[in-house]
Amino acid sequence: MEFLTSIFAAFYQFGDAFAFLVLSACGLAIIFGMMGVINLAHGEFIMCGAYVTVMATRAGIPLPLSILLGSLVAGIIGIALERLVIRHLYGRPLDTIVATWGVSLIATQGTLIVLGSTMQGVGTPLGSFVVGNLSFSTYRIVLIFAALAVLGGLYLLFNKTRFGILARATIQVPHMAEGLGVNTRHVYALTFGLGAALAGLTGGLYAPTMTMVPTMGATFIVEAFVTVVVGGADVFLGTAPAAVVLAVVKAGMTSWQGQLFGQIALLIAVVIVIRLLPRGISGFILKERA
Amino acid sequence: MNGRMKNVAFAAAGSLALISGHLPTAALAQEGEPIKVGVLEDQSGDFAAATMVKVHAIELAAEEINEAGGIAGRPIELVIYDTQSDNTRYQEFMRRVLQRDQVDVVFAGFSSASREAYRPIVNQFDGFAFYNNQYEGGVCDANMVVTGAVPEQQFSTLIPWMMEEFGPNVYTIAADYNFGQISAEWVRNIVAENGGTMAGEEFIPLGVSQFSQTIQNIQAAQPDFVVTLLVGTAQASYYEQAASANLGLPMASSVNVGQGYEHKRFTPPSLANMFVTTNYIEEVDTPASADFLERFRAKFPDEPYINQEAANSYIALNLYKQMVERAEGSTDREELRSVIAEGDVCFDGPSGNVCIDPKSQHMSHTIYLAKVEEDHSISFPTVWEDIKPYWLGDAGCDLTVSDPSEQYTPSSPPTAAN
Repeated sequence: MEFLTSIFAAFYQFGDAFAFLVLSACGLAIIFGMMGVINLAHGEFIMCGAYVTVMATRAGIPLPLSILLGSLVAGIIGIALERLVIRHLYGRPLDTIVATWGVSLIATQGTLIVLGSTMQGVGTPLGSFVVGNLSFSTYRIVLIFAALAVLGGLYLLFNKTRFGILARATIQVPHMAEGLGVNTRHVYALTFGLGAALAGLTGGLYAPTMTMVPTMGATFIVEAFVTVVVGGADVFLGTAPAAVVLAVVKAGMTSWQGQLFGQIALLIAVVIVIRLLPRGISGFILKERA
Repeated sequence: MNGRMKNVAFAAAGSLALISGHLPTAALAQEGEPIKVGVLEDQSGDFAAATMVKVHAIELAAEEINEAGGIAGRPIELVIYDTQSDNTRYQEFMRRVLQRDQVDVVFAGFSSASREAYRPIVNQFDGFAFYNNQYEGGVCDANMVVTGAVPEQQFSTLIPWMMEEFGPNVYTIAADYNFGQISAEWVRNIVAENGGTMAGEEFIPLGVSQFSQTIQNIQAAQPDFVVTLLVGTAQASYYEQAASANLGLPMASSVNVGQGYEHKRFTPPSLANMFVTTNYIEEVDTPASADFLERFRAKFPDEPYINQEAANSYIALNLYKQMVERAEGSTDREELRSVIAEGDVCFDGPSGNVCIDPKSQHMSHTIYLAKVEEDHSISFPTVWEDIKPYWLGDAGCDLTVSDPSEQYTPSSPPTAAN
């Protein structure tokens, strides 16, 4: 039983780290991978989703609906941002970094001024369960399945729907797609909105487990960027395998030596992967395939 | 460090500034000319939730003092900058208030990292700063007055009480920077002195918000209680996550509740069974506290919580007023320090009577043991009256004799030569 408990505990911790990495990174990965835009306001979309979720829950809306609402609001703001700012900066990656960083500063400080330095959370639902002599939070199992569901949903979206085909066509050869009648501006706006909505979903999902402050998005940023850098430009071939590798490293080291070494190991793993695979895991896989 | 060489160099470089500003301040201090107080506190960024209230407390104290005729007939003028929870901002603004704004005294700092970032600058320009925050102790610096509580006040009371109540096996989780490391060392020593054992110790980098594995490590070590020395809003997510995993262990802390009012921000019962030693929180039920709260709320009706640092900041400005008035209106630091050296600079404020210790320039405190109940209300199982900041003096720091401008820890105390 002792042995089974530690096996389960290891899987739980791996799953927990995996879910955090996937959910942190997927919105960023879509926007970077599909559009080549490095979105430094990613953390603020997460914060936006979390705030909307908590406010909706406190207004009496059930938590699952609130989370979807948080995602929706973040997505709409994302589309608006694409129309107003990002659209004018395509093909200028350095400028988009500065612009989205500015948006991020405005969003953090604006939230601080309007909503104050902190907000009461909603509390984690579903309670806990016991395996052997250890107890675990049930909600974190939900997070693991949510991460898998997001990956599955994105796969279906990009491979089985009309939007997915148009989006991939636009990303591969924009002028050809445009020549064939695809409204590429529309596709870009929707893709950016999708990335923002995924960030909002992440914020909503983690909102019950975290302190609600305007800077909360920043705690996702390191993991998000690290996962995208290791994964490369493709969500399925990059982000998912990168999250697996990093989750194993991080959960293993944290369990062995504590949080500090978990963080150090995570960053060392990134350095090693980038040294060996400069275009990330997806770049490596795609090269092998070609 | 070669103090004399340094002084000569700065005297040469800054002689103009000295001649025009520093030396004749006392002589030029005419009736009605304001006393300038620099205020460097975080009004945005990770620490803002706990520190906005410090600025308000200083504003309240300044307003009250000005209405009552100012300090020795001179009004207080506050020079306030938002340090944005950013250590480099502290350095930038500390230079600005000391050089450009020519303030008489500075009230600055929340995190120990920020204090250690600005302290060399206070020394460099020979300024006078108040650090109104609880911290890991050990700063022996004549340019600083510390009004916050220190480990011998918070841990020497808390840890033996917890061990008696819950058992001798202790697990510490602490923020991984000077505050957490040195505080954890104090806890380790006190646990050993009282015959207990450390079931484990884990340091958490600032900004980490995910604690599943840490919670499991604690469960596996089976301690009797957990000492939480977590700092910043990201790390505060620990409590919610520990509660949802049903960790169910009592917690002891020197920083929670009294600073970040986690019991107000989080959904009950995530903080239940937490024990905190603090020198003030708004739940303290005394006539002096009620009076303070009433005046505070009248000026700042939307203040989310009035914490120990608010009380310390308020007390600090009143102590400064007393020092200047006893020095016959002089704001010269050495004259103020000779007032401190008399050993009876005391103030009977919201947290009870407090006095500045001349040897360390730290402050004595009444220490309240606050317990967070299931519904997040606060009870006080016990109170320790008049706990002195004795450690620095006992270890050999005596600012009335020499000024080493160092920070000492139990494992690196002052050497005999000092």
